[in-house]
Amino acid sequence: MSHLDGSIRGGQKPRATLGSIIYSKTFRTIATQVVMAALVVMAGLFLYNNVVENLRAQSIATGFGFLQQDAQFDIGETPIAYNATDSYARAFLVGLLNTLRVSAAGILLATILGFSVGFARVSSNWLLSKVATGYVEIVRNVPVILQVIFWAVVLRNLPGAREAIDFGGFAFLTNRGLSFAVPATDPIHGPIIYACLAGIVLSILGGYLARRHREKTGRYISMLWPSIGLIFGLPALVWLLGGAPTALSVPALKGFNFRGGVTISPEFTALLIGIALYASGFIAEIVRAGLQATPTGQIEAARSIGLRTRFVMRYVVLPQALRVIVPPLTSQYVSLIKNSSIAVVVGYPDLVNIGNTAMNQTGQAVEAIAVMMMVYLTVSLITSTFMNVYNRLVAIKER
Amino acid sequence: MKKNLFNSIPQGILTVFVAACLARFAWFLLNWGVLDAVFYTDDPEVCRAAAGACWAVIAEKHRPMLFGLYPYEEHWRLVIMMVIYLVTVVVSLMPRFWNLKLLVPLWIFAVVSIFTLLFGGVFGMPFVPSTDWGGLPLTMLLFSGTVLIGMPVAVLLALGRRSPLPVAKGVSVVFIEALRGVPLITILFVAVNVFPLFLPAGVEVNKLLRITVGIAVFFACYQAEVIRGGLQAIPKGQYEAADSLNLSYWQTTRRIILPQALRISLPAITNHIIAAMKNTSFVIIIGLFDILTATTAVMQDPLWRRYYVEAYLFVAAIYLFFGYALSLYARQVEKWINTGRI
Repeated sequence: MSHLDGSIRGGQKPRATLGSIIYSKTFRTIATQVVMAALVVMAGLFLYNNVVENLRAQSIATGFGFLQQDAQFDIGETPIAYNATDSYARAFLVGLLNTLRVSAAGILLATILGFSVGFARVSSNWLLSKVATGYVEIVRNVPVILQVIFWAVVLRNLPGAREAIDFGGFAFLTNRGLSFAVPATDPIHGPIIYACLAGIVLSILGGYLARRHREKTGRYISMLWPSIGLIFGLPALVWLLGGAPTALSVPALKGFNFRGGVTISPEFTALLIGIALYASGFIAEIVRAGLQATPTGQIEAARSIGLRTRFVMRYVVLPQALRVIVPPLTSQYVSLIKNSSIAVVVGYPDLVNIGNTAMNQTGQAVEAIAVMMMVYLTVSLITSTFMNVYNRLVAIKER
Repeated sequence: MKKNLFNSIPQGILTVFVAACLARFAWFLLNWGVLDAVFYTDDPEVCRAAAGACWAVIAEKHRPMLFGLYPYEEHWRLVIMMVIYLVTVVVSLMPRFWNLKLLVPLWIFAVVSIFTLLFGGVFGMPFVPSTDWGGLPLTMLLFSGTVLIGMPVAVLLALGRRSPLPVAKGVSVVFIEALRGVPLITILFVAVNVFPLFLPAGVEVNKLLRITVGIAVFFACYQAEVIRGGLQAIPKGQYEAADSLNLSYWQTTRRIILPQALRISLPAITNHIIAAMKNTSFVIIIGLFDILTATTAVMQDPLWRRYYVEAYLFVAAIYLFFGYALSLYARQVEKWINTGRI
């Protein structure tokens, strides 16, 4: 202000008095920030000193040295080899893998459910869309922790192994979890998986070639059936070549429990159902908003040039919807991963549960919580980076 | 009717299929929940004999579910407390009562009387420490504490993040992103296990307060991002107009920018407030007896434990009721804003 006044009055430079310096905007900006920074640093030092003092008074060792010690507790579900004589670091790793396992399954389930319900909500079928609305309202508005506890109690109150709920002799639901038959191990399984992957790669390649062809000549080649053929046909061919092994490992009642097959623990199942249903409600709303973002005029225009319904969806609605859907979907995925931390209420050994045990055993709360927080920050960051890359692929391309 | 349900053959099949599933489910609910249900009995054997739901478990156990560990004879205090709380909140939400001469005394009266009733120790009421508080009153306290502490912090964080001062901006960004990247549970662990270590020896802060502040700060980081969205939507002309009137930063913010930003982001703000209510249930992990923890504890009773579905449905209904009430109110506020009434 003072500069302006000066130049109006006669173009001389105003004299820099103490007052004009103190009241000048630059000085105030710098002073405010110096004070802020000083406050932050002082608060940090104060807290740090207190922690060091308090820990010394309670004679708790500081630092991450405890990670090398023996954990001395067992873990119910271990995706990698682990026993009680392994270190805390390895226990944390087991916890992290369990977190990732339940999160990945949860994201898959929530996405499938969420997209189905989202499509149902915009369906022209009045009844279907009302049912979908009811589903969304209920799963979104009941606390996720209540849902997880509810499913845990439901599973725990299922009948025991002797009165198992039988699904045709191939799957059994008991209070010990869901046991189901899987193909008995066979050397051909590896090649079958590779064949399936090759089928996926080939069909992506085929889709790309078909699109190039279409863009050049205007002729549409449907890649739907060839893709299905590649993805399922190739593994089937390898299976036939490998002598078509049909042996199954079927769960069978031995004593008080099922042996054979694969068993999913009730803790995992309860947590998975709880967090996935909760997230699916939010995803459904995101999908609905995305689908409704395309102006009706565009759909009518696409129909008026004779485009078939499924192409209207594929080339007009979906590309625009994904732009709206992907950013909020990312935060739903991240929040699902974070919600998996309520594993501790049902006793599923995720990162937080194991961190909690380690914290209670060693008393090193600061370090144990720091490990948990750093891991979650990293996982959140990686998830959003991946989704941002995908977002850039679907985002509007302005050339 | 025909257009919406039967405009083509696949549509018709779909309608019939959905209707059949719905009818099957409704029939089951009717039979289980009403026709075969036991509504009132103090004998679990009666429930065991019935084929349907046992709503009697709620009649039997509603007091420990709703009031947690609070001494049984003192529950009347909590009932009065909840009435005062609800009346205060409902009055404060109605525009016709929006003047400070009424609301300030009302809130002072409400806060003083609520804590007097909860703690006791005066007027012949026995003292009850905050560790024994529980149930629905605790959920209400946690929720209101979260919103009342969290909203101002959220506004400050959002302004900090938009600030031209690099230090203020840096601190806000790091704070918001770090807290949004971790689960609420770890914040609760910090509040319970780590925060006491940060204080000088001999200084103690009430555990319930620490937890409330923890949840509030977590809430504030999410809310700050929502408010930032609102701030970003304010056209530059508004700032320039304020500058041309020679308003200071705080005058501009308080009189021009914030009212508009909060109005724009209102729907998202409401969503997070409802989420905050649901998030209070996370305290089960650190052993506070909110309504969910209390219900889970009550359901350990071997006589009644098999009727857990009814008990959890009751708790879910309470959350649904309050969540629905909040969102109805938010819709009303949006209507008022759009018609220029506020």
